[in-house]
Amino acid sequence: MKNSEILTCLQCGTCHASCPSGRYTSLNVRKIVRDSIRKDISDEPELWMCTTCYNCQERCPRGIKVTDAILTLRSEAVKKGEILPAHRKVCRFLIETGNSIPIDDKHRLLRKRLGLGNPEPAHKKALKEVRALLASTKFDELIKA
Amino acid sequence: MRELSLYTGCLIPNRYPGIEKATRLVLDRLDIRWSELKEAACCPAPGIYRSFDKITWLTLASRNLVLAEEKNTDILTICNGCFSSLMDANNILKSDTGLRNEVNSHLKKIGKEYLGTIEVRHIIEFLYKDIGAEKLDKLIEKPLELRAAVHYGCHLLKPTKERKLGGAECPVFFDELVEATGAMSVPYEGKTNCCGAGGGVRSAMLETSLKMTEYKLERMEKAGVDCIVDACPFCHLQYDWGQAELAKAGKAYNIPVVHYSQLLGLALGYEPEEVGLNLNEIINPGFEEKIALVQKGKPR
Ligand code: SF4
Ligand code: SF4
Repeated sequence: MKNSEILTCLQCGTCHASCPSGRYTSLNVRKIVRDSIRKDISDEPELWMCTTCYNCQERCPRGIKVTDAILTLRSEAVKKGEILPAHRKVCRFLIETGNSIPIDDKHRLLRKRLGLGNPEPAHKKALKEVRALLASTKFDELIKA
Repeated sequence: MRELSLYTGCLIPNRYPGIEKATRLVLDRLDIRWSELKEAACCPAPGIYRSFDKITWLTLASRNLVLAEEKNTDILTICNGCFSSLMDANNILKSDTGLRNEVNSHLKKIGKEYLGTIEVRHIIEFLYKDIGAEKLDKLIEKPLELRAAVHYGCHLLKPTKERKLGGAECPVFFDELVEATGAMSVPYEGKTNCCGAGGGVRSAMLETSLKMTEYKLERMEKAGVDCIVDACPFCHLQYDWGQAELAKAGKAYNIPVVHYSQLLGLALGYEPEEVGLNLNEIINPGFEEKIALVQKGKPR
């Protein structure tokens, strides 16, 4: 990854020590920062274990935007086709419905009971525009690939 | 105070409509000028789309921002994810001309243009700054006598450089709003830790995400709380569904989960069902009794 900021990393490990995910998983964000300078780590599953909580970014004594770096590394991985099936599914929901979590029958009924309006007609109009934008940024191709 | 457009996102209307109902009730009761942000779409969810492709994330977020610009209103979010996507995108597009031009080249295809004329608000910081905890306190006739574990949620506070709501290590503004309802914000270890849901972790690695949730639940339970109070439907879902998922594995916590809009609604006298507390997975009759007792009791 091209990022001059991470070259200032001290390898102090404050980021990893602050990481809620690293407590339970093989994610070691200090190692991610170190390795991403020297090699392509697109296929490392650890990239996807980060909850984007920003603890590491907040506490890094060098002021490195660590979480933002993970987001960049993730998008580089996605360009190489590294997409987890569950995430691909969420993206498909967006392309199909304009929502990442679409409504279902159960919640249609609950909305009615609460006296809340039906947002679906407005969503349909939104969907047309969302699809045009997703085609324009070539997001649909990214997901299909 | 500029009029607000309520942006509900996907999760609230489609999984926790009670939070939407509670928010509408509370905004009306407080005489806040608001209307719906009609025809909005997914914010889009920062954990996945911001990770996947920055331009797509910015472009979809900008469409929602433009809808509010066209109405000349600020946006009011009730979800930390929506807040994070819309506020960060707004800040980026306001300051980076190159990205703004790129995003506008896509928006042009649907006849829209981003101008950068509005602000993105979150109900917690909005109530704190524009209404104030003291004023809320005065409006409440029957204070809720509850012990609450306040969960800010990561993206309400961080990155602190963007949020400008003070430090993220021991914030107090949300606690003050909770205490305005008469509830007590109980200190607990790991209070500012993540619920475990974000970044696409819940959708792709449920077990891992639940470990982080358990870390929190254990400490909340130890502190002896009646409920969890959150400011985000994704944290809400992670605690609520997460407890149901953990119960299947033999670990029952049974701590009811309440979004701040719902808590404030209860304090203003709305029944638990009116604010959709019955739509949670985790129902604790003892908790409902406590609320009923307060609501039926004499005003202070
Ligand atoms: S906290 Fe910052 S300086 Fe320390 S190891 Fe992590 S990225 Fe490097
Ligand atoms: S942002 Fe990700 S890597 Fe950084 S501390 Fe949080 S979970 Fe760990």
